[in-house]
Amino acid sequence: MKIGVLCSRIRVEEKLLFNSFEQHGIKIEKIDDRDVIFDLERCDWDFDVVLERCINHSRALYALRILNSCGIKTVNSYHVADICGNKFLTSMALIEHNVPTPKTYIAFTPESALKAIEEIGYPVVLKPAVGSWGRLLSKVNDREAAEALLEHKQILGSYHHSIYYIQEYIEKPQRDIRSFVVGDETICAIYRVSSHWITNTARGGKAINCPVTDSLNEISLKAAKAVGGGVLAIDLFETSNGLLVNEVNYTMEFRNSISVTGVDIPGKIVDYVLEVGKG
Amino acid sequence: MVHCPECDAEIDIEPEDVDIGEIIDCPECGAELEVINDDPLELALAPEEEEDWGE
Repeated sequence: MKIGVLCSRIRVEEKLLFNSFEQHGIKIEKIDDRDVIFDLERCDWDFDVVLERCINHSRALYALRILNSCGIKTVNSYHVADICGNKFLTSMALIEHNVPTPKTYIAFTPESALKAIEEIGYPVVLKPAVGSWGRLLSKVNDREAAEALLEHKQILGSYHHSIYYIQEYIEKPQRDIRSFVVGDETICAIYRVSSHWITNTARGGKAINCPVTDSLNEISLKAAKAVGGGVLAIDLFETSNGLLVNEVNYTMEFRNSISVTGVDIPGKIVDYVLEVGKG
Repeated sequence: MVHCPECDAEIDIEPEDVDIGEIIDCPECGAELEVINDDPLELALAPEEEEDWGE
């Protein structure tokens, strides 16, 4: 079986995955997204499956589109990357599949965004539709902060910051949940604990094991299915009305989650990639 | 032996222990360095975080 790994920066996760492929006795071919050139009229790639591990969302998206068009199976697919890489598309997919998610509004001007913010009620969270690691998330507590933020976004932001993605703020018990779904299984989950409202482990959130309850398993699998399935990390909030899915990540980072859960996450991903390649 | 391109410190790593594209920190100045070649071992300053980086 010929397996490609599309990547550039080799994070801890990529090293763990490479080691796991090696332990499986599988030789992989790295496709460096900084060097690769795609001739759109030729399909001269002969991989059985490509595992996408780009750090750049846009490179992942374009490359997956081309590879899938050539009939090459990828983990994850272009469709999944497209949805998960964009918070608006993720929200739409979750809502269309009846997966509970925080109340979210979209507006296109600072004036309409302010109306949307006040309709939801303070505090709200504004997020760039495309972005990760908690970058540029803003918790807006009052009208003055809202007006200032909207003006800054309008004047200083690039064009995609003029799509205002506005979400109700969910009070959390100083933690949220990240579950890991591989294929049809929720393989494990962590609590991301932080005294800050942004709990991303990339921003200092601490990972501790979270038991995969029936309800967590059910909503995780449902969210994964809503975005197209594959290898996914689901971010969830605990509320008095049950779990809400906040985001779904398609090139998940898991370095802090292996020892606390005791689950061989890279091994599970490699097994899934091999299964897709055989399929 | 390879040197940090930022502070010129000697960095003690073996080519077989790193992958091209891997990021290491200079033990002296703390600069993020990217392995750009493993034969011979070569390091460069790692690129700045871009807007669409993430997971």
